[in-house]
Amino acid sequence: MMFKEYLLFAVSSVRHRQRRSWLTILGIFIGIAAVVGLISVSQGLNNAVSAQFQMIGTDVITIIPGRIGAGMGIGSAPLVDKDVKVIEGVRGVDVVAPVLARMTKATFSGEDVYTYAMGVPPDKIDKVMFSTQGIHIIEGRITPPSEKYGAVIGYSVTDDLFKHDVHVGGKLEIAGKSFKVTGRLSRVGNRQDDTQIYIQLDTAREIFDEPTKISTLMVKVKESSDPEAVAKDIKDKLKKSRGEEDFTVMTAQQLQETVQSVLGIIQVVLIGIAAISLLVGGVGIMNTMYTSVQERTRQIGIMKAIGATNEDIQLIFMVESGLLGLIGGAIGCTLGILLALGVEYGAAQAGFSALKASVTPELILLALGFSFVVGILSGTLPARNAAKMNPVDALRYE
Amino acid sequence: MPEHASKHEHTEVLIRLDKVRKTYALGKVMVQALRGVSLQVYRGEFVAIMGPSGSGKSTLMNTLGALDVPTGGKLYFEGKDLSKFSESELARLRGKKIGFIFQQFNLIPNLTAIENVALPMVFQGVPEKDRLARAKKLLVELGLEKRLNHRPMEMSGGEQQRVAIARAFANNPDVILADEPTGNLDSKTGKQIMSFLWELHLRENKTIIVVTHDPTIAGYAETLVNIRDGEIMHNHQASSQYLWPKARGVGKK
Repeated sequence: MMFKEYLLFAVSSVRHRQRRSWLTILGIFIGIAAVVGLISVSQGLNNAVSAQFQMIGTDVITIIPGRIGAGMGIGSAPLVDKDVKVIEGVRGVDVVAPVLARMTKATFSGEDVYTYAMGVPPDKIDKVMFSTQGIHIIEGRITPPSEKYGAVIGYSVTDDLFKHDVHVGGKLEIAGKSFKVTGRLSRVGNRQDDTQIYIQLDTAREIFDEPTKISTLMVKVKESSDPEAVAKDIKDKLKKSRGEEDFTVMTAQQLQETVQSVLGIIQVVLIGIAAISLLVGGVGIMNTMYTSVQERTRQIGIMKAIGATNEDIQLIFMVESGLLGLIGGAIGCTLGILLALGVEYGAAQAGFSALKASVTPELILLALGFSFVVGILSGTLPARNAAKMNPVDALRYE
Repeated sequence: MPEHASKHEHTEVLIRLDKVRKTYALGKVMVQALRGVSLQVYRGEFVAIMGPSGSGKSTLMNTLGALDVPTGGKLYFEGKDLSKFSESELARLRGKKIGFIFQQFNLIPNLTAIENVALPMVFQGVPEKDRLARAKKLLVELGLEKRLNHRPMEMSGGEQQRVAIARAFANNPDVILADEPTGNLDSKTGKQIMSFLWELHLRENKTIIVVTHDPTIAGYAETLVNIRDGEIMHNHQASSQYLWPKARGVGKK
């Protein structure tokens, strides 16, 4: 018997038991849809994160108080102006910008929202924050140092953060003080960055009553210098100056690696959960095949009587279970892709437009192959049972 | 026990049973279905196996068809000792040399008539084109040209049994084994089925073995084998000569 005939026979048997076949296929395609959806979304997330870091550029070093992994930021001394001076003295450092970030209340036309206000020295903001992230002013200009209560708004502050149209030249209230909007930035692609408001560092210190504290130090490295080497020097100098290593120096690359390792763990956990559902789907196929073998005991007897060998019977049932798996896989892939596109759409609606679901041909082939193998494996034992049946007993079976 | 009469002296023995015994477990009881049966079936012969239910006639039938393996004794098909055959070899022998017709028709429900008839040829590796041509030819000969693409559920019992006959002849076997072929049919349809079998027997000189408890059906046979309690009681020719006209007229006595 040739493969084509097994396949046609399987198609006809599957169609003959439509409802049960669909339920079995359902068990598989939920698992496959989950796997395909999760992998393509998490891969897309990974790509988006990489792209964001790519935008930051590799020549930016970030210093935050506290040590990652050791009670980060809790109880550790804040970064201060003295640290800026120390870092400016490191070879290879181009610009150091102290940043004071605060979650604060902003009001426009009577509408209150909460967002991050970033206090950054106006003469350094473009070099350290904007141009390194690949964003620029699309309207208006960067707040000049003379304009104490001037603010640059992120792309999504208007129409998204606020329901109203916050236009350049308009008045915005931050922490109870009135600010004039001087410029608007281009889109970064994630909502948190795009809803930030940038003001002058000195003004921020005044309105938040934090005369010395610095949340983050942003350092731009000279083009000729190696960021990793500069980061190491900064760490050494700062440690000597502060007396202990109660801060973290991160290059863009390290930051990326840290974030991606976290994403990787999440990915593994999610795929693990999806794999369990796939396993359950496989058990479903096995169950259906056992029932199918039992139901068709008589048919097996007939086929043996008219010349089917044990191998023929075994293959007939395995092809059938493989087919169930494969159909489940195909539907699962389709649903998984739709799921991923749905997540992508949802993310874009929520302001995270940088997330693009990553559906690769490899992923599809892998999912289809895997579902086929699950089908075949689940069908092996029932098929062996069928093949071993005694034809006389099988024919007598009612 | 008297052997077959002289008309078979120059004819080839197709199937030979030599003191065949068959024991099987029915729950905790061991049942002796065949207690040393010896029998020869000649090529081209029409044999009827008769006996009450529980007499072992179905077991005898399954043994003759190489579906069941004897517990003791030997079974020879065309002189070959089948006890030396593997399961796969037996399957191939059945597919090629033996055609089965069952009381319950036993068609595959999800296949159409033509697919059912083609199935034994599939197992023999006959190319698709040849299979379908042969299946169609057989079905047309049996008057089923309008039922080629019907599934068993869409056909009457008589039609289903004719499909089963076509299937039994698919691989042009040496012997047809029919187990109560008319048992599920009304007498008119049953007679029709028997005359189909009879015609094929005459035209192609096919060996046909029919298991039945219906004396009318047995009337078609040239040789009658009576079995009771797993033993052959009588084994005789229905008549000293071929009595085809008698067979044909059996329905009206």
